[in-house]
Amino acid sequence: MTHLDAHPKAAFPAEDSRNDRPANPNPFPCPTRDPWEALRRRTFARIALGRAGGSQRTASVLEFRLAHARARDAVHARFEAEAIAAQFAESGLATERLAAAVSDRPTFLMRPDLGRRLAEASRETLRRRALEWGARDLVILVSDGHSANAALRHAAPTIVPLANTLRAEGWTLYPILLIPFARVKLQDEVGALLHARHALMFLGERPGLSASDSLGAYFTWRPDPACTDADRNCVSNIRAEGTPPAAAARKLAWLLLESARLGIGGVALKDDQIPAALPAQTESASLPGIDEENRRDFAVDPS
Amino acid sequence: MIFPCSLSVGARRYVFSSLKELMAKASPLRSGDVLAGVAAESAEERVAAQQCLADAPLAHFLEEPLIPYETDAVTRLILDTHDRAAFAPVADLTVGAFRDWLLCYETDAAALAALAPGLTPEMAAAVAKLMSNQDLILVASKCRVVTAFRNTIGLPGRLSVRLQPNHPADDAKGIAASILDGLLYGCGDAVIGINPATDSVPSMETLLRLIDELIRRYEIPTQSCVLAHVTTALEVIERGAPVDLVFQSVAGTEAANASFGVTLPLLAEARDAARSLRRGTVGENVMYFETGQGSALSANAHHGVDMQTCEARAYAVARQFEPLLVNTVVGFIGPEYLYDGKQILRAGIEDHCAAKLLGLPMGCDICYTNHAEADQNDMDNLLTLLGVAGCTYIMGVPGADDIALGYQSTSFHDSHYLRQVLGLKPAPEFEAWLEKMQIVAGGNRLLPTLPSHALLAP
Repeated sequence: MTHLDAHPKAAFPAEDSRNDRPANPNPFPCPTRDPWEALRRRTFARIALGRAGGSQRTASVLEFRLAHARARDAVHARFEAEAIAAQFAESGLATERLAAAVSDRPTFLMRPDLGRRLAEASRETLRRRALEWGARDLVILVSDGHSANAALRHAAPTIVPLANTLRAEGWTLYPILLIPFARVKLQDEVGALLHARHALMFLGERPGLSASDSLGAYFTWRPDPACTDADRNCVSNIRAEGTPPAAAARKLAWLLLESARLGIGGVALKDDQIPAALPAQTESASLPGIDEENRRDFAVDPS
Repeated sequence: MIFPCSLSVGARRYVFSSLKELMAKASPLRSGDVLAGVAAESAEERVAAQQCLADAPLAHFLEEPLIPYETDAVTRLILDTHDRAAFAPVADLTVGAFRDWLLCYETDAAALAALAPGLTPEMAAAVAKLMSNQDLILVASKCRVVTAFRNTIGLPGRLSVRLQPNHPADDAKGIAASILDGLLYGCGDAVIGINPATDSVPSMETLLRLIDELIRRYEIPTQSCVLAHVTTALEVIERGAPVDLVFQSVAGTEAANASFGVTLPLLAEARDAARSLRRGTVGENVMYFETGQGSALSANAHHGVDMQTCEARAYAVARQFEPLLVNTVVGFIGPEYLYDGKQILRAGIEDHCAAKLLGLPMGCDICYTNHAEADQNDMDNLLTLLGVAGCTYIMGVPGADDIALGYQSTSFHDSHYLRQVLGLKPAPEFEAWLEKMQIVAGGNRLLPTLPSHALLAP
């Protein structure tokens, strides 16, 4: 007598209720559940899925398909610039809309080089605005990157408290630049054009199966087109279940203030002195190959 | 053969200035070659290039290196180790005639094994560019490459699986849970191989001891690997850790390997160090390499050579060190290199065929990321094609979802699909263990597992 001899309904409680039938005459133990389901407490890997023959059961196939569908929708979702601008306007923060040298999703995905440059018209606009605005301390950029939902949900909740903190410290900020289809490195060209001291880019990270709305934040001190990823600092996985926006704002404020105080950025700026009040588990390394996301040697979450 | 070479198609005349340009333009379309600016500019130019390439003598590849001998250690390795006697049977053929030769009934496993040392990666890459998908599958299926450590990999009618129990925090209990899951699903004969979240000596040692303890406790005829950098592996060997296989990502140019922090002498040192431990019981293939189209390009170290050719050159690096396992991580690289399921699929069977021609025990991490135009059905397609092609091993990831590396690969269940549909079995030593442990019967049918199963004992 094994657990498999049990009545199929007993073997498949709540989870398979959609297949509920008064009596299943099938005498074969198929599909089967795995008697090591308790091990699931130890990892969120998809273990003990059970099987139909040697294949996955309907429930686990559909669960996986749903997770992937959500990630795909996130990758292809439209950047809601109007809605994001309205969120900032509510808090009294001005925005300006610009364009990268790419304007459609397939080209964005295939040509990372274009997402690292401004469109010619936007470059001209920014040159003119630079004269009006004058040199300031910090330019903040917001883009969809690989997840428009990340920008829509977490950019303003992170940026508003961050801007308040920095202004209280006497920092001057440019209007927030909203730029669809951007890559991290675009912050260097924009920052250099404006003569900003710091450039801070927020953009959606590549969606995973478990989270499709993680926001990443990257900044450079003295942004310049010659900057590399070694010159960047990063706070990643900004979302409620990861680094919550308020915590990300505190951490970024601390890193930016330290960067300004010490006159350094990138790998030279360590976060090991970070005050205990800040969440220690968040990532804020300067990462190797932020845009060269695909090297398996570095399992970095790309932007 | 003299460059520039040209071909007239109707009113158009296509001119190719070098073998390097011809190879790149003859390559089936993929986004990475477009990104690099080396792809054909039209579908017609691509076929014109293939027609010119079909007329190129194989011997010409020995005279015109795509990356100069003087500047690249991989080119030197390729030319210095080329076996002219082995090359003799095809020495007078053009690339097009070589394709026909490969497809002949008379060209069997023995002929292909004898030829392998006489082939350069560029020759294998060139003929693959002319081959249709079915050619790549047929020719690969005729190749036989067998390697061994604690079991025998690559025998006819066998399909092995790397058990990949990754965890984003290297949590020992989480990793152990995924290993048990994989073993109870009959997977793990290629290797139990962990991509560590942290590449450090202490974490590599901890993970190695975890797998070693499992392998010894249950007398599992398989090998372990923690896929840290080769220098980390050398350090833990020095400290007496139980290292079975040494892993390294390798690429097809000296500069790309430098970006991975490796040189050929360093790889030789690692192989010798691992062999000196004498931990293999039925063989001494101690290296595990991963490759993937686009790695040289992403390191800006491709010298204008197309992705597939750079990839094939990585196999020259791999074969120098007599690996137990090699696999391309085909769809990990992202859509700017391989855009969709079609491009990933083509790259997967190209890589498998070229590597087998060069004599490597080639497997494949059949995979994709969420920003690629691909899904699990595309992986099913590639999985099936590679199974028919005689792929040495695939990955086994719980539910196909790698929670540490954030991409999707193949599941333990996927290997059962393939074993069922093609009648494939695990490595013989591992098959015997699975039957002894009452996990599998008849080579590929999973038995019901009792809660009292030995592997589930606390």
